[in-house]
Amino acid sequence: MLLITCPYCCTARPESEFRYSGEAHIARPLEPATVSDDDWAAFLYMRTNPKGLHAERWRHIHGCGRFFNALRNTVTDQILKTYPAGTPRPGLGAPAEGGR
Amino acid sequence: MAGLHRTNGGGRVDRTKRLSFTFDGKAYEGFAGDKLASALLANGVHLVGRSYKYHRPRGILSAGAEEPNALVTVDRGRGRTAPNLRATQVELYDGLVAESQNRWPSLAYDFGAVNSLFSPLLAAGFYYKTFMGPRLLGSNWAWHKIYEPLIRRAAGLGKAPSLPDPDRYANRFAHCDVLVIGAGPAGLAAALAAAEAGARVILCDEQAELGGSLLSEWSVEIDGVPASSWVDEAVRTLAASSRVTLLPRTQAFGYFAQNFVALAERLTDHLGNPDPAAPRERLWQVRAKEVVLATGAIERPIVFPDNDRPGIMLADAARTYVNRYGVRPGLRAVVIAACDSGYAAALDLHRAGTAVAMVIDPRANGDSGLAGSVRAAGIEVQIGATVTATRGSQRVSAVQIGRAGTEGRASTGEWVPCDHVVMAGGWTPSVHLFSQSRGKLAWSDDAQAFLPSAIAPGQAQRSAGACRGVFGVAAALDDGFAAGRAAVGREPLGRTFKVTHDITDFRGIAGSHGAGARGSKAFVDFQHDVTVRDLKLAAQEGFRAIEHVKRYTTTGMATDQGKTSNINALAIVADHLGKPIPEVGLTTFRQPYTPVTFGTIAGASRGDLFDPVRRTPCDAWAQAQGAMFEDVGAWKRAHYFPQAGEDMHTAVARECRTVRSAVGMFDASTLGKIEVVGPDAAEFLERLYINSFQKLGVGRCRYGVLLNEAGFIIDDGVIGRIAADRFHVTTTTGGAARVLHMMEDYAQTEFPDLKVWLTSTTEQWAVIAVQGPRARDVLAPLVDGVDIGATDFPHMSVKAGRICGVDARIFRVSFTGELGFEINVPADFGADVWEAVWREVQKHGGCAYGTESMHVLRAEKGFIIVGQETDGTVTPDDVGLGWATGKGKRDFVGMRSLSRPDMVRSGRKQLVGLLTADPKRVLEEGSQVVEGLRPPAGTPALGHVTSAYWSEALGRSIALALVADGRTRIGTRLNVPMPDGDVAVDVVTPVFLDPKGERLNG
Amino acid sequence: MADQIARRRSVLDGWALPSRAGLASLTNAGTAARFVYRGAPELVGDAFGVSLPTVPLRAHAQSGRAALWLGPDEWLLLSAEADGSTLAVALSSALNGKPAALVDISHRQVGLIVSGSSVEALLNAGCSLDLDMTTFPVGMCTRTLLAKAEIVLWRTAGDTFRIEVARSFAPYIVALLDEAMHGIA
Repeated sequence: MLLITCPYCCTARPESEFRYSGEAHIARPLEPATVSDDDWAAFLYMRTNPKGLHAERWRHIHGCGRFFNALRNTVTDQILKTYPAGTPRPGLGAPAEGGR
Repeated sequence: MAGLHRTNGGGRVDRTKRLSFTFDGKAYEGFAGDKLASALLANGVHLVGRSYKYHRPRGILSAGAEEPNALVTVDRGRGRTAPNLRATQVELYDGLVAESQNRWPSLAYDFGAVNSLFSPLLAAGFYYKTFMGPRLLGSNWAWHKIYEPLIRRAAGLGKAPSLPDPDRYANRFAHCDVLVIGAGPAGLAAALAAAEAGARVILCDEQAELGGSLLSEWSVEIDGVPASSWVDEAVRTLAASSRVTLLPRTQAFGYFAQNFVALAERLTDHLGNPDPAAPRERLWQVRAKEVVLATGAIERPIVFPDNDRPGIMLADAARTYVNRYGVRPGLRAVVIAACDSGYAAALDLHRAGTAVAMVIDPRANGDSGLAGSVRAAGIEVQIGATVTATRGSQRVSAVQIGRAGTEGRASTGEWVPCDHVVMAGGWTPSVHLFSQSRGKLAWSDDAQAFLPSAIAPGQAQRSAGACRGVFGVAAALDDGFAAGRAAVGREPLGRTFKVTHDITDFRGIAGSHGAGARGSKAFVDFQHDVTVRDLKLAAQEGFRAIEHVKRYTTTGMATDQGKTSNINALAIVADHLGKPIPEVGLTTFRQPYTPVTFGTIAGASRGDLFDPVRRTPCDAWAQAQGAMFEDVGAWKRAHYFPQAGEDMHTAVARECRTVRSAVGMFDASTLGKIEVVGPDAAEFLERLYINSFQKLGVGRCRYGVLLNEAGFIIDDGVIGRIAADRFHVTTTTGGAARVLHMMEDYAQTEFPDLKVWLTSTTEQWAVIAVQGPRARDVLAPLVDGVDIGATDFPHMSVKAGRICGVDARIFRVSFTGELGFEINVPADFGADVWEAVWREVQKHGGCAYGTESMHVLRAEKGFIIVGQETDGTVTPDDVGLGWATGKGKRDFVGMRSLSRPDMVRSGRKQLVGLLTADPKRVLEEGSQVVEGLRPPAGTPALGHVTSAYWSEALGRSIALALVADGRTRIGTRLNVPMPDGDVAVDVVTPVFLDPKGERLNG
Repeated sequence: MADQIARRRSVLDGWALPSRAGLASLTNAGTAARFVYRGAPELVGDAFGVSLPTVPLRAHAQSGRAALWLGPDEWLLLSAEADGSTLAVALSSALNGKPAALVDISHRQVGLIVSGSSVEALLNAGCSLDLDMTTFPVGMCTRTLLAKAEIVLWRTAGDTFRIEVARSFAPYIVALLDEAMHGIA
């Protein structure tokens, strides 16, 4: 069971307290009516699905209830950083992006 | 005397406490502190099992968890039969009843042993070749009719109990600074070092006594005291600290991400008469800041022809039986020593009174530092020799000595009579847990073993002692102490332990040492009966990767997971392929390290505690009334209320009739409820639901439809405006948590500008629906402070008032098409208010109705149920709810998707009603709807039946269905193919009753 | 006019709550007034009498009232049942016209008191958090899981925790802790 650090509770908690909510930084268009069919379909369905570092949404559903974002390496399953929803994807220091 | 084969004294058994036990029905005696294996050996019992494939007689090979042969079933009475226990681990208690396995009719005369005669048929790849065999009589006829039944009968490694497990199993989550796994010299020293620093320490060991290999030492002294006494003192020191948890009888069996380690603690299996209420085992789920792996090493057998006869055992095991349990496994022993432990065994056996006929060392230039002491004891030592054949039917009786390196040729060496053969093939570090933790292993030429190398990210751990190739008591103690200090962030410089009589050469040899004469078998994997020949055959047939060889030959795949066999198998394959061992690779180490009971893993999660069972405040009343219940999510909901003599059909028909003609009451407490509050509450709902809420007046309600962003219906419910900034939102029973989650998502991440907050109130309110023409009459005497008259309280409105003296939210809503109310009262008042309403309902000839009648009543009105008429691909228009969409809305969740090309194309499935040509015929939900009669197989269906009931109000069957272009097909006839023939149906509008809604306004 | 006044019936009525002599016991915390407050903590002012903690996972308690931090904009307010209606009025008027949410959830959940020398071991049968006093001190509270049910766990003393659990999950929690009593020593 993974430990995930909730940026609101400022503590690491077991994965079972959290719910995964898909890729992060996919903003809902502000004026959906003006978006083309293709762009709307891309918003709905197209995801990066990277091998390596992935910015993704989690919710501390059985804790403080907040949504937040995490950078997880999909190869090692390591969560390298968590940060509040609505803040930009942070850079990382040493660890190289992407798995091999 | 508990066995004739005891030494004169010494060891850690309590010779004053005799225990009686039976093995295969025969009574024996042992001592407190014995294992079943040591007690059997003390009684001269060597034949303890039959091998898996060839049913060869097998004896006790080891003295620990790695035991491949001595698997027994221990029977503790009803439902308490545990198969496949290793006799080397089973603690003796008075009255123990153990049985051998894999033999019929008895261990000594086993019918399955004829398999040995057919052994060429059972060679490597037998299962694989059988599965892929020729299809002479259809698909794998031979497999199903011949091989599988035979194999199943012949290959029983014990039988699973047939009764429910009567025992209790506990669970414990635990945290610590340092988890030390293994309480041998390295583990004890590590725990002492960490405890000294004041850390929270958990020390676990699979054995009943902490001490590991030190318990098997006779002459070793540590810091001036015998090893055994040093252990006792170390354990006393640790036990005295409140920050240290000692867990004997506890196997660490799984090492997961982020230092999460699973331990299985045996609590009562070692007791003859345990408290039946006490848990049998406990699962520890430990999250450790640091882990010290001190898991030791396992001695390897030597692979020589017919090396599996009872009486042949590992040198470490022989030392353990003699030194720790005071048991002499044989009278006359031959020792094959490829490392020091063999020489040490020769000395220990000699001291204990076993005649040691010879020590042979297969290493050409092998000579141990102990050889001098062995020769001084008068024991012959032959260097560069090996065993080329053995004799003995149920126990070894002689071995033939030949020169090492004469593989494949019949040897003509001398035969040495003996009843005990001791093998010291070298030691394999136990890297199982390290490997489970995803650490990388690296081959060490020096140690001739795979050793821990890179630690996986996120795992704060270190290995200490033999499990990382640091052998010998002194080195292990020093290494362990340093690891313990390092784990708590201290300088590794600790203390140096002064150890005498230590042995240091553990490297040994690996691989095959003579396949022997034709007809002999040199076993590599004892538990799965894999021989040198099998491995060579696999290599000859083209298997190159060790993972493939493993699957093809099944080497290392039994319950012991190849603890004693992996390195020998690897060496043999590497040798045959002409490659160095690291190039052949290593098979994956999987959890569990040793088998774990299902009970331990399940813990309390069974029976009533398997999952929470949710009941409403009105549930006790319904139970008392004899209601039948159905599961809706975790909730128990009253399904129907049968009266004497009624089946479900007649009960539901009566309930429906009563609601339409008088009044019924229904427990709607499970409906999800969310209080949406804040100055932007209306705007928030406007953006979430397809409907308009900005202009909804206070005290008014609206039927809300919720889509996901893809435009598909995911929930619905009535939403009432309690105040300008407060809405009472209801959801489906199953959707409550999902909808709240979705709302939080939008509130927090998409519309953070809106000042709105959500609070679940599902369980704050008990909800009593009162439906039917007499509903108002029922409520009138109970309410006060609120006018429920038709003018003042129209359909789709909500009022605060009091009922039975309790503050309530009363909704005028209907899911039946009748005049209806839903009374929300604080949950603790629910039971009393329900009973008050019930008394009034009875006065008006009413009834209580369950979810089945609710479904029928709403279907008669064509009201959908999310999850029944919808399946995640259905839009509002598809089910005729386009009207609910707020006029002139610019956006709501899912709105943009509704104009995507696929959503507006023709041919989408639309909700319609179906009336069977035969009014008595009730369709089956889920059945397909087609055009024309008896369509050929593969014809796509037009749609499917989503709901089908007997309608008491209409006196006929009704159904709802999703049918392609359904609305244009109204008035046509379609068919529903069923096994007994096509059922003709007429397509109609989905509202069967009171299409103008006049009954609502009663 | 109603001639019958409904009585309050707790979901725990009729339950024999388990205990293990000297080690741990479970008791009913009794009825209470409960509110969820969501919004900025300063808007409440002095209306509750106890300040709302802004440090995560902390509870403030005083004179029979307690404010538990559940999330950065969510607090559980606890008080005596008899106190409920006056408190509701006081809080509502303090928050009148302000962007915040106050919801009465007095009946939504029940309170259980778990105490005893083995209370940590008992709870750790189903709760995966580290309950050591150094990591879960007195005054700490959190929403978390106890086996398969969500709870709010609040340490009120060294050997005492209060569990708040949704009404329909309470029987499960009681049965689970009853079972877990067999596993502590």
